[in-house]
Amino acid sequence: MTNAFESSAAGEAGQTLEMRHVDGDGLLVVLSGRWCLDRALPSRAAVEQALREDVRRLKFDATSLGAWDSGLLTFLAGVLKASAARGIEVEQDGLPEGIRRLLAMAFAVPEQKVTGRSGRDANLLARVGTATMKVFRGAPAMLRFLGEITLSFMRLLGGRARFRVSDMWLEVEQVGPRALPIVSVISFLVGLILAYLGADQLRLVGAQIFIADLVAIGMVREVGALMTGIIIAGRTGAAFAAQLGTMQVNEEIDAFKTLGISPIDFLVLPRMLALMLMVPLLTLYSGFVGMLAGLLVSVFIFDISLFEYYNETLRALELKHFWVGLSKGTVYGAMVAFAGCLRGMQCGRSAEAVGEAATSAVVTGILLITIAASVMTIVYYQLEI
Amino acid sequence: MEAVPHIEVRSLSMAYGDFIVQRDLAFRVNQGDIFVIMGGNGCGKTTLMRALTGLQRPASGSVLYGGEDFWNVAQEDKERMQRRLGIMFQGGALWSSLTLAENVALPLAEYVDLSPLRIAEIVSFKLALVGLAGFEDFYPSELSGGMKKRASLARAMALDPEILIIDEPSSGLDPLTARRLDDLILELRDSLGATIVVISHDLASILAIGSDSIYLDADTHTMIATGNPRQALQSGDPKVRHFLTRGTA
Repeated sequence: MTNAFESSAAGEAGQTLEMRHVDGDGLLVVLSGRWCLDRALPSRAAVEQALREDVRRLKFDATSLGAWDSGLLTFLAGVLKASAARGIEVEQDGLPEGIRRLLAMAFAVPEQKVTGRSGRDANLLARVGTATMKVFRGAPAMLRFLGEITLSFMRLLGGRARFRVSDMWLEVEQVGPRALPIVSVISFLVGLILAYLGADQLRLVGAQIFIADLVAIGMVREVGALMTGIIIAGRTGAAFAAQLGTMQVNEEIDAFKTLGISPIDFLVLPRMLALMLMVPLLTLYSGFVGMLAGLLVSVFIFDISLFEYYNETLRALELKHFWVGLSKGTVYGAMVAFAGCLRGMQCGRSAEAVGEAATSAVVTGILLITIAASVMTIVYYQLEI
Repeated sequence: MEAVPHIEVRSLSMAYGDFIVQRDLAFRVNQGDIFVIMGGNGCGKTTLMRALTGLQRPASGSVLYGGEDFWNVAQEDKERMQRRLGIMFQGGALWSSLTLAENVALPLAEYVDLSPLRIAEIVSFKLALVGLAGFEDFYPSELSGGMKKRASLARAMALDPEILIIDEPSSGLDPLTARRLDDLILELRDSLGATIVVISHDLASILAIGSDSIYLDADTHTMIATGNPRQALQSGDPKVRHFLTRGTA
């Protein structure tokens, strides 16, 4: 044995790695001490460094090796791979039996080039392209779903839809009474913001009393419905997508289909009806809470008398404003239910897909609400309602 | 003249996009058979089940029930044929928002003109058959895996189907529970005279109940007709014997 070259790297716990050049073109790696993941292990870079020289054979000596775990195995696997890449012959005789067997198992099945999986790390341009195509391919699916829901509604009107009314009331309870606290808080704060906003601007023309008009018309016509819609999209739209998505994962939807029972009738219709019933009511409630906030701000901060504010509100509020608010609430409710159910029914067959469906339902819901809000505001303006 | 087989599959191919899962499947299932579709993970067993039950249109070929082409008839006829099938899904697929009684009652209420009282009687009887008497008002989430599968079988039997298609009856069950489910399947075949298609990779179950079988090969993407699994174990295709002996033959 020639000790032409020696190097060692000692870890904290006394595990040592020694390398000796032997028999001219051989390298002997001596492993000793405890080689476990809970302590810092020597890097295999030192061995790879040594392999770079004119080494043709690699041997191991593990006679004084203590405890070992995956730390040693990954180290050795790396060394073996590096040796194989350089065409170096490896004698594993010096290694314990257990290690040799595990290494043999790890290298038994060659690394497979799996084809047919979409590339995850495609470049930005490709990803943008794929995403865009997905959006365009999504449009026909959305229309088909809309068509199915329309047919289902027609069956309902014809008294042939198969759904349990009790399911609808269950959803109504979930959507309505249980959403009251969050709708109250947000409507109150939005009413307060509107009042302050109005106060600041109207002071310039000395007409602070019109805070009442701004808050009343703003809340009842627009903001109440919009806020309620967005709250329900986050609260209920996501829940719908998650419920239907989980049913898709559990093959419950398939079970409906094989029995010839339309999952649209049975699952989507009650949810759709529940939201179209409850969102307008919540909108109405939101409007009143918002006006209450405006009233409190005006009376206590801006010294407008309670009576004045009340009168001005009554003067400003025409019945048509309520109709506008209610119609918007109904449409937003339908949009949220549509988005939630669509994403739920489109859900893939894994837990991850359910999460994606819920996220996507909220995004789609809010997008649809915003589009509907813009269109309806313009239409109502043109119609002078 | 040979009698029309209960189920016949002719040159059936199934694909996801360009990827062919299985091709050129052809087999016949006779009345009263327990026909086992076996194969390793990812060989297309469940995809075949979806083609047999109307959930996924095959790429080509046909599925015939009593000589009628399932995929090439009007929607109403397809639904009528679907009602002759009872399907037990892999995870049970009980409707989670309904109680067991409601799960079993729904198909009945849908297609049979009976009073609620009569339906409740039938439901209780079917649940009793699978050993779940007294569990009428339980929700699926309150049951163990084995109970869910049995309840799912009760629902599959709700309409007294001529054909029961059962996906992985014993997956996720302990050996004794799996054995009891096998006994139940045999009993249903004997007493109701139903034709049963079982999709399985559980060797004990395949050998215990199968009367005819095919093996779906994941490498060649086609089937090997194997006949009675017990005979296949003795003198079948080497690949099938390899499978049936867990790789020792």
